[in-house]
Amino acid sequence: MSLPKASELPIGAVIPEPGSTRRNKTAGWRTLKPVIHDDRCVRCQLCWLYCPEGTIVEIKGVFKVNGRTYDTKYEINYDYCKGCGICANECPTKAIEMVPEAP
Amino acid sequence: MQKTKLVEALTGNYAAAYAVKASDVDVIAVYPITPQTTIVEKLSEFVANGELNAELIHVESEHSALSAVVGASAAGARVFTATSSQGLELAHEILHIASAMRLPIVMAVPTRALSAPISIHNDYGDVMNARDTGWIIYIAASAQEVYDTIIQAYRVAETANLPAMVAYDGFLMSHTVEPVELNDEEEVRKFLPRPLRPYTLNPKRPVTMGPLASPDWYYEFKYQQATALREAYKVVKEVDALYGEKFGRSYGVVETYRMEDADYAIVTYGGAAYGNAKAAADMARERGIAAGVVRIRLYRPFPSMDVLRALEGVKAFAVLDRAIMFGSPAEGPLYKDIATAMFMHGVDKPAVNIIHGIGQRTMYVEDMYKIYTMLKERPSKEVVFMGVRV
Repeated sequence: MSLPKASELPIGAVIPEPGSTRRNKTAGWRTLKPVIHDDRCVRCQLCWLYCPEGTIVEIKGVFKVNGRTYDTKYEINYDYCKGCGICANECPTKAIEMVPEAP
Repeated sequence: MQKTKLVEALTGNYAAAYAVKASDVDVIAVYPITPQTTIVEKLSEFVANGELNAELIHVESEHSALSAVVGASAAGARVFTATSSQGLELAHEILHIASAMRLPIVMAVPTRALSAPISIHNDYGDVMNARDTGWIIYIAASAQEVYDTIIQAYRVAETANLPAMVAYDGFLMSHTVEPVELNDEEEVRKFLPRPLRPYTLNPKRPVTMGPLASPDWYYEFKYQQATALREAYKVVKEVDALYGEKFGRSYGVVETYRMEDADYAIVTYGGAAYGNAKAAADMARERGIAAGVVRIRLYRPFPSMDVLRALEGVKAFAVLDRAIMFGSPAEGPLYKDIATAMFMHGVDKPAVNIIHGIGQRTMYVEDMYKIYTMLKERPSKEVVFMGVRV
């Protein structure tokens, strides 16, 4: 990887491009990865509430699971999830499992 | 060149305030501390009278004062603040931020000794603690020079994209009345056009300022900053020359007195030390010692070559420091700079470090004369604490 030289960078560490942080994926140091078992999820929204990084994504739609119909479903944005495990800890039905990342 | 000559009797602090007014500053953050207070008092008078169209912000500390002008400068305003002693210490964190963000802030610092014990009197302990924060640092030696240097500092800061500090003796200069020739303000404004800044906070062209830099990026920005301050040396010289052409006064980066044929020299900074050293050099010459004085006007970036050139012909010299760097190989900050410059350029000659004028201990002309006799009779390399009871 070749990064710009000092002479090529804007002065004063200014970032002249708005929104460029979106390119910066911040999940690189995750060692444990949360996996949602949708069949055990009761849609209580606690994981979504507790996630400190806002990486639990609430999806609207019609979802039939084990004969029940839900209008939401939760997924994880692995680009930003750092694997802190708070979601798994808070989940009242133990629907979130922390799985080691592939080495 | 201006048509009329206007001379006023002003203190160093009022000279600073008049220079700020002439420079058409937009935002001033004020917080009182002795001996700086009368600068911002005068400025608030100017703003209240409508003589200066500026936003005057009352803040709750010097840390906030400098932070406020960092914000205003980031938004593109021409800014000013002033402080002394503990105030400069409290603002220290922001000194680094201002220079690293490359903001052309100008700050006046009538210098004052640091606590403890509390002293409101003058020495250079405060500015010398701020000497390596990436600011351009001038040390003026007269009220006239304070006035001229503040105007020059805006031009330099806005060209080099670096903040500049204009220091001078607290009380000994800040509260001493001298005749000051004031420039035509229209001419000062022509001398200080508002150059297009590389980046400002502007909703129409959003940028991020002051972000986090990971180990892959941080070093490059610090290198940029170090290079910019080195290169500011040229800008300082150019602006001083341009100012001289337009207003008839210029100072250079190092001022010398009777150095042409001097065998012994005192190197120092600030008004009181320089003035008394000049009187002592006259006295020494009357008594048969070829004495001279070198005054450092630009302290950062340090004008190594100019200092070495000024000292080329001397047999021995003394560096008179008005601050103590505790535990250093030599306690005087200027001495250390000159010793480094000499070492790097292979110069070796007797140089004594005199510490004096601490907490405004009176530096008598006779003391300075003694330095010349000491250099002549016993040239050495040592630190001498002069004027202290031991």
